[in-house]
Amino acid sequence: MRRFKKKTGKELPPIPTASLPDVIFMLLFFFMVTTTMREVSYKVNIKLPSATELKKLEKKSLVSYIYVGEPLQQYEKTYGIASRIQLNDQFANVEDIQSYIAAERESRAEEERPMMITSLKVDENTRMGIVSDIKQELRKAAALNIIYSSRKQEER
Amino acid sequence: MARKCPEIPAASLADIAFMLLIFFLVTTTMDIDSGLERRLPPWADQTEDINKQINERNIFIILVNKDNDLLVENEYTDIRFLREKTKEFLANPHNDSNLPEKEPVYVPYFGEVMVAKNAVISLRNDLDTQYKTYIAVQNELIAAINELRDELAKQQFGKSYDKLKEDQQEAIRIIYPSRISEAEPQKK
Repeated sequence: MRRFKKKTGKELPPIPTASLPDVIFMLLFFFMVTTTMREVSYKVNIKLPSATELKKLEKKSLVSYIYVGEPLQQYEKTYGIASRIQLNDQFANVEDIQSYIAAERESRAEEERPMMITSLKVDENTRMGIVSDIKQELRKAAALNIIYSSRKQEER
Repeated sequence: MARKCPEIPAASLADIAFMLLIFFLVTTTMDIDSGLERRLPPWADQTEDINKQINERNIFIILVNKDNDLLVENEYTDIRFLREKTKEFLANPHNDSNLPEKEPVYVPYFGEVMVAKNAVISLRNDLDTQYKTYIAVQNELIAAINELRDELAKQQFGKSYDKLKEDQQEAIRIIYPSRISEAEPQKK
């Protein structure tokens, strides 16, 4: 009587892993196509307001960003808690916007310049005073296409 | 017969692919940027008061104060009713004498149409108004214009505005232009 089966030869065959790289590569390509590179690291807190009549930004290369919000906790000591403007990777003043727009314009091809858009990423609790100042500066810099970045809100 | 090449070891290929995958997961974001599109007026050194040249019935005044309350045409209004009021102002269906006057204009596809040519929405906010409220008001105004355009498109072409051809959209834009004027916030 054989109660115990012999172990040898009856082991489960190993799972074939030859196609694993292909599967991973497929995942990789999926993420490469659907995502975009992060533009900057935020130095300000931004919670975007919500709206329903949204338009999607089609050409990312034509967009320059302006961030406005309260500085993150680690910058509170040096920059205070009042709303600040962030351009590229650093804090800026309202006066810096014109040179920033000029630099952005310089880095684009000539035929693309009229289509450039400025995206305003502003925290929803910001006061309008600072936003109006930014808009005046943008008008002076002749960057007239703007988009108020916002989140999707469900229809009431 | 040529000597067979030894097979390239493929066991670590999965690890390399994993590393690439993790790199992309960390450095990229998935969110698509979207928002309300607006066009600023060009900069003029001396901003002339356009309100003076416009007849009072043609102008729709919205004031937002520092406590985020709305005053629409001298009436305290909740934001929920702003869209209806704006639509009524822009369309003026019964030719009310308080609402904007209309003039006949020739529009392709439509022929002679009565259009409220001089209607302007004027938006003024306080320096301390919250950005959230400002966006909510902007959103309602854009929504009102979009709804009117959509209704007209359905009535005339049986399709929604987004699905129309470029010149058809152009015709509808003549009938319902988007004219929102933003005054600078009042300094105290």
